[in-house]
Amino acid sequence: MTEPFEPNIAAFLCNWCAYAGADLAGVSRLQYPPNLRTVRVMCSGRVDPVFIIQALKEGADGVLVAG
Amino acid sequence: MEGNAGNFTVTVKKSPRYVDMDKCIACGECAKKCPSKVPDEYNQGLSKRKAIYVPYPQAVPLKYAIDAANCNYFKKGKCRNCEKVCPTKAIRLDDKEEIIRLNVGSVIVTAGFKPFDSSKLLNYQYGKYPNVVTSVEFERLLSAGGPSGGHITRPSDHGEPTKIAWLQCVGSRDLNKCDNPYCSSVCCMYAIKEAMIAKEHIGKGFEPVIFFMDMRTFGKDFEKYYERAKACGVRFIRSKVHTITEIDEAGKLGLKYVTDAGEIKEEIFDMAVLSVGMEPADSVAELAKTFGIELNPYKFVKTSDISPVATSRPGIFTAGVIQGCKDIPQSVMEASAAACCAGSGLASARGSLIRTKEFPPESDVCGESPRIGVFVCNCGTNIGGFADVPAITEYAKTLPNVVYAQENLFSCSQDTQDKLVEIIKEKNLNRIVVAACTPRTHEPLFQETLSNAGLNPYLFEMSNIRNQCTWVHSDNKEKATDKAKDLVRMAVSRATLLEPIPRLSVDVLKHGLVIGGGVAGMTAALSLANQGFPATIVEQTDHLGGAAREIIKTAKGEDIRKFLADIVGQVEKHPDIKVLLNSEVSGASGFVGNFETQVTSESGSQAVKHGVTIIATGGHAADTGEYLYGKHPRVTLWHTLENAPEKLADADTVVFIQCVGSRDDSHPYCSKVCCTSSVMQAIAIKEKHPDMNVFILYRDIRTYGERELLYKEAREKGVIFIRYSLDNKPVVSPDGDKLSVKVFDPILQRTLLIGADYVNLATAIEPADNSRIAEYYKVPLNAEKFFMEAHAKLRPVEFASDGLFICGLAHYPKPLDESIAQAMAAAGRAATVLAKATIDISPMVSQVNTDHCIGCGLCAEICPFGAIVLEEVAGKGYRAKNIPASCKGCGLCASSCPQKTIDMLHFRNQQIEATISAAAISAAA
Repeated sequence: MTEPFEPNIAAFLCNWCAYAGADLAGVSRLQYPPNLRTVRVMCSGRVDPVFIIQALKEGADGVLVAG
Repeated sequence: MEGNAGNFTVTVKKSPRYVDMDKCIACGECAKKCPSKVPDEYNQGLSKRKAIYVPYPQAVPLKYAIDAANCNYFKKGKCRNCEKVCPTKAIRLDDKEEIIRLNVGSVIVTAGFKPFDSSKLLNYQYGKYPNVVTSVEFERLLSAGGPSGGHITRPSDHGEPTKIAWLQCVGSRDLNKCDNPYCSSVCCMYAIKEAMIAKEHIGKGFEPVIFFMDMRTFGKDFEKYYERAKACGVRFIRSKVHTITEIDEAGKLGLKYVTDAGEIKEEIFDMAVLSVGMEPADSVAELAKTFGIELNPYKFVKTSDISPVATSRPGIFTAGVIQGCKDIPQSVMEASAAACCAGSGLASARGSLIRTKEFPPESDVCGESPRIGVFVCNCGTNIGGFADVPAITEYAKTLPNVVYAQENLFSCSQDTQDKLVEIIKEKNLNRIVVAACTPRTHEPLFQETLSNAGLNPYLFEMSNIRNQCTWVHSDNKEKATDKAKDLVRMAVSRATLLEPIPRLSVDVLKHGLVIGGGVAGMTAALSLANQGFPATIVEQTDHLGGAAREIIKTAKGEDIRKFLADIVGQVEKHPDIKVLLNSEVSGASGFVGNFETQVTSESGSQAVKHGVTIIATGGHAADTGEYLYGKHPRVTLWHTLENAPEKLADADTVVFIQCVGSRDDSHPYCSKVCCTSSVMQAIAIKEKHPDMNVFILYRDIRTYGERELLYKEAREKGVIFIRYSLDNKPVVSPDGDKLSVKVFDPILQRTLLIGADYVNLATAIEPADNSRIAEYYKVPLNAEKFFMEAHAKLRPVEFASDGLFICGLAHYPKPLDESIAQAMAAAGRAATVLAKATIDISPMVSQVNTDHCIGCGLCAEICPFGAIVLEEVAGKGYRAKNIPASCKGCGLCASSCPQKTIDMLHFRNQQIEATISAAAISAAA
């Protein structure tokens, strides 16, 4: 039997909102699947489309930009 | 409290917390084991908390406290569970009450409000019917952190409601069932907000209905929100519900009300939300006694319109709802205004208590190959209990460039910090990774540790393996460990490429430029000068005073002409204020601390150098072609009649028409001051000519706060208020040499014909033409051409770009007291810049490599802070140039540069790409 698909998701989170939100999710002990790998940026506007392509090209199964 | 302004001694009682703030890491183990459950005040008693608790998840500082009244140990002498399980030994059951004596120059009273107690209103059965809740309780039901996790449930059976009614003015504008004759100012907006959010949460089929008397959406952008709510299907019914009856076992509610046409109706709802008003905090009476300050008849702290944050006692100031009902933006403005006033009194002592921290000299790591140290934190059991910390540490040792790795019990404790400094020196580390909690709270602490070890603070990287790993994956140790390894690998990849960044600071010119010489501008300049900072006022006309020159009295009845004469005199005499009349700003450059503005007058142009800019360009009443204005001499505008009382000598009837070219497509906002102005004018006419007929034709009367008392007084004096709607506006026609006004009265349900001697129109308040000022300083205007502040609630007097501030009518129409408070607030915020000789700037800024720049200007166009400009380079055309003092490090320029020739310090492309490469492949794979 093959293992169930576990996506590896690269997440670009804005330091001031989404990253703070992810921290608050922790303080509130909200549980979610452990598939995110977070890259902190100072603004979601910092995310060059090239970064997204790079993540996908190098093996990420999905990309989340939150800000 | 003893003493006088400038030298008060205040005795403060500090209740014991029973938790050592330095040791508590807010892991929550104590609360987990605490046996005592009590109603959670923050959730309005809708859920339970423990006797050891944090009031709410966002609390700052995030530290626990013991509520002794509900703690088993304090009640029965045994338990001590918290003490047993606390991993950092932070519990102090022997903590004692402390008496602290403070020597201060001024005091600011901000004791806040309490919501009206709805159980006083028997006809709404609050407390008896479970599905009748207050708006504050409903707010918690809407919140993701609330008792139902943001899922709205009916309290009777936890089912999802499909029809909810909001009842406005519960405990406000009411002398019949309570003693609160004032309007609470905020309830209309929050009811609309709750209805809109409930609609988003519940979705299709949900019917929100708001029962109201007058819809008071008078703030900036509030009217648009009201219109949007109508378009989204929120139903607004103008009626006061007189009875709520529970009609079945399920707890459904029957609401009875009377329509405009006098018809009695009953509608069935799942829930009723009482939009409760505000009352001053219970502590106000005691505070007033302790501080010797006066209260007004409604027990709010008494202030005047011309000194809106000064109490009756010198040196004691106030801000927020303790002074009167208001919303968050106004409270924040008043807070800054109070700080400004307190600062004026303390100007001579400024900086006298400052101590500076000394660090060892920084070692130069350039040219050294990376030697990374990784410190993995257990955070007690917060990380160690849910991930395999030894395995993570061993894994870290295998990563490239890592020369040292160890685990810590608590990385943030003082002894670990000291050890970290030793290890850095001993192992000659030049990059540090700490895998622990979140950089948002702990990065500054560890950066200081690096500074203490002689390393540049930017050679540090944090890996968030608690908040974003073990705390959110506590059910799967293996996966949490895998993720933590990945996060550490990402941090190490990035750390390898980190580089030292030198500190950045700029000198500050201790001088303020104020654009506009109205009340806001003069107040701002005086507030700066009284704090010891010289100011220059640039005024377009040949006189000071602005729009206030037209007005006679404030809402509280204070004489504006006398006030104007006073303040103009003060400004003109002040040695530190320079007034440039008949002058205009014709250009500007520079950034926080170092602006240079061109001021042009008939006699030529001069450059003014200044550290901050306060924009107070004001506003004016809009012109109109409606209702025969300009065509008939008896149709007047705003203050014309008031300023020519002789016209009324033989008049019988005056009609005021509100919202002329306002709250419509031409000006889609409420001008906030017109209802109060017309009501005050009507009262003045009635006082002088009690037999004269005075009509006010209105859409909603928006006499918010204590201005409601004026509305009541006008009605008592016989002023007749007739409501009209936008689709059935009054018609004014000539009648001989007088006028005839036709209007439909919705209460009488018939059309009235009023013969009038005068018709006075209240048109919208428009801003001055601000387009050039906006362009010179690169600050935004909204759709209505008012200046747009950085954040409507939290930064109401600042622009997103540093060193630029806004106040008065240029921000939005507002009465004199609010203009003054906002001007003081702007000066108070500006003083935080001017008070420093140099300002430290975050060095995480953009860097332009001009070799590859083609001068396209996209970066300058896109920068929200004006931090990139195009500069002409001889023989090459234009090149981008960054202004570090204005840069916020967002990186918009870098990601949009087609040449990829802009990079961000500390967030370089290369550094981000290294993190991405490390993230893309999982350690487990």
